[in-house]
Amino acid sequence: MNRIDKRFAELREKGEKALVGFVLAGDPSFDRSLELLAAMCDAGLDVLELGVPFSDPTADGPVIQRGGLRALKGGSSLANAIAITGALRKKTDVPVVLFSYYNPIFAYGLEAFFRDAPAAGADGMLVVDLPPEEAAEMNEYLPDGNDFALIRLVAPTTPPERMRAIVKNASGFIYLISKAGVTGSGGLDPEGIRKQAATLRAASELPLCVGFGVSTPDDAAMLAPFVDGVVIGSTFENIIEEYRDSPDLAERLAERVRAFKTAMGETATTNSRKKGRMDG
Amino acid sequence: MERHGIHSDTQATRQKRVPVPDRHGHFGPYGGRYVAETLMPALLELEEAYGRISKEPSFRRELHDLLVDYVGRPTPLFFARRLTEHLGGARIYLKREDLAHTGAHKINNTIGQGLLARRMGKKKLIAETGAGQHGVATATAAALFGMECRVFMGVEDIDRQAPNVHRMELLGAEVIPVESGAGTLKDAMNEAMRYWVSAVTDTHYVIGSVAGPHPYPMMVRDFQVIIGEEVKEQARANPGRQPDVLVACVGGGSNALGLFYPFLDDPVELVGVEAAGESIMSGRHAATLGAGTTGVLHGSKSYVLQERDGQIREAHSISAGLDYPGVGPEHAMLKDSGRARYASIDDEEALEAFHLLSRLEGIIPALESAHAVAWCVKEAPALPPETIIVVNLSGRGDKDLDIIARRAAAEKGTVK
Ligand SMILES: Cc1ncc(COP(=O)(O)O)c(C=O)c1O
Repeated sequence: MNRIDKRFAELREKGEKALVGFVLAGDPSFDRSLELLAAMCDAGLDVLELGVPFSDPTADGPVIQRGGLRALKGGSSLANAIAITGALRKKTDVPVVLFSYYNPIFAYGLEAFFRDAPAAGADGMLVVDLPPEEAAEMNEYLPDGNDFALIRLVAPTTPPERMRAIVKNASGFIYLISKAGVTGSGGLDPEGIRKQAATLRAASELPLCVGFGVSTPDDAAMLAPFVDGVVIGSTFENIIEEYRDSPDLAERLAERVRAFKTAMGETATTNSRKKGRMDG
Repeated sequence: MERHGIHSDTQATRQKRVPVPDRHGHFGPYGGRYVAETLMPALLELEEAYGRISKEPSFRRELHDLLVDYVGRPTPLFFARRLTEHLGGARIYLKREDLAHTGAHKINNTIGQGLLARRMGKKKLIAETGAGQHGVATATAAALFGMECRVFMGVEDIDRQAPNVHRMELLGAEVIPVESGAGTLKDAMNEAMRYWVSAVTDTHYVIGSVAGPHPYPMMVRDFQVIIGEEVKEQARANPGRQPDVLVACVGGGSNALGLFYPFLDDPVELVGVEAAGESIMSGRHAATLGAGTTGVLHGSKSYVLQERDGQIREAHSISAGLDYPGVGPEHAMLKDSGRARYASIDDEEALEAFHLLSRLEGIIPALESAHAVAWCVKEAPALPPETIIVVNLSGRGDKDLDIIARRAAAEKGTVK
């Protein structure tokens, strides 16, 4: 069982929902990034989605675009993200998912990637712009018997039959994009998310996480009952942007992690109590 | 699915069977659909709709009539006598896409996609633009079909192609400035894709070249092959035989592919001309096929200009329409197979050709097209006089007068 599966199993056991944090690797620099990520993990982050900066992030809104630019200016790259994973792995057991556009991975070399990323302690990957139709060229490089998770996206525009086909080949967890838009844009549709989550639940046993545009602890608390985890990205990147020169940046991020965990914990407990009642 | 253009029923194109792209839009190892899941259903819908609607006789008739009565097709094939005499080698013919409505070949594609979008029930069009020609052509189609239009344009291009910004606004389009990156075509396309994700249900994204995810490279090619089909037809009468060499500039590659495609199986040399910018050596250029490597940008795999770690580099060219670090996947395949070859022309050479054609033929070319003319200036003198070259004069140069004036002023400044 890899670290992702183990983490979700533990959370399920405790009746908790996962807080998945997206942060760009190397934002604003290698050393600083490592310090920030370690602080977030210590504060209770359940899964880290480590973003690989890319020059042309067409699925991202302005906040994450700027974060990527800062990371690139600081010399970051996929190699850097793998190195950060390795350094972080010495300090924490938090599962790490590399979250990338395809071109940096393609340029790194698929064989080299599947050798180096798991060796550094990464537990899975999500390639934003590699839909199932194109995934075969990458997946054939995944060594046999490897439990490296290939996390797949499902969007509000994905029709139900396509959804079922997508989740069949997924592992780790399923990432439900909350709405048709780029990262960081507002306007959540809880009812739409609830419906899609129900369809996905029926199609797959995998844990389900929702992300894109979830920005406050209240948002997270509202969505938590429908899913197994909530992905927070732009909110963390906003804090890094605003306080990047401040000595208490790490503590501010840690405080946010705790705030999200607390908010989700409150609904999770009421929810699992309800569930317990229904089951019993 | 038919592989030839949708406009022609000529025997020659009906016989041709080039088996690309495949079902998933792959041109050999290139092409495909490298986009976020949110866009996949829209691309599948577009592919299905295009495959179905483009075969409907009423669609083909409507498109044909508009291309004739509105765009002004066929555009002439003109023997450039004075340029030929001046260069003293091969005979040079110009395919006059500059005479198409709005002043470039881009309108062939936007009328096609606009009609398709309307039949798909879409209410709005969006587009990216570099030189502004595709933006103007999309705004024009939107006006003609009564649709809303938004055009994404980099701030650098807004500055250097200002006349086209005014034209788009007059046509009722909203021009959205894009500040990210170098503020050029690549950044405009990033922003158009981001916007499309959020508006995909009622909006059609009119990509302006044979780039982007499947089905765009195939569909835009199909709408542009009318250029080559007309050349084939026209060449029969004058010069009386088929050309030996076809030359076109390559940004994303749509005017080049439109010219080349009907000739792929014929004994004709195909030359695409990329922008060498300041020079290939300087690194400040847009010669994607000449100096790039395989990668993924804007939804398809092709040659791209990139760093070793897969970050896309900024392109550089005096010509906004060629200033792009990617290129259509079918060109990547044609390069690898050797069926077409790709040369490059730098800013200076393009400017010289711009002036030469203006003075010798009374035709002010777009700076993009001037790259193709410049290739002739370089190569035609060494070719025998019986050689026939057809140059795709993809657009007219009115939009570029500002760049020319600034350049002249700067040169005066340095001479002093
Ligand atoms: C006149 C003209 N020619 C050529 C191009 C380059 O595009 P493509 O290579 O797709 O023909 C442009 C693009 O803006 C243009 O305006």
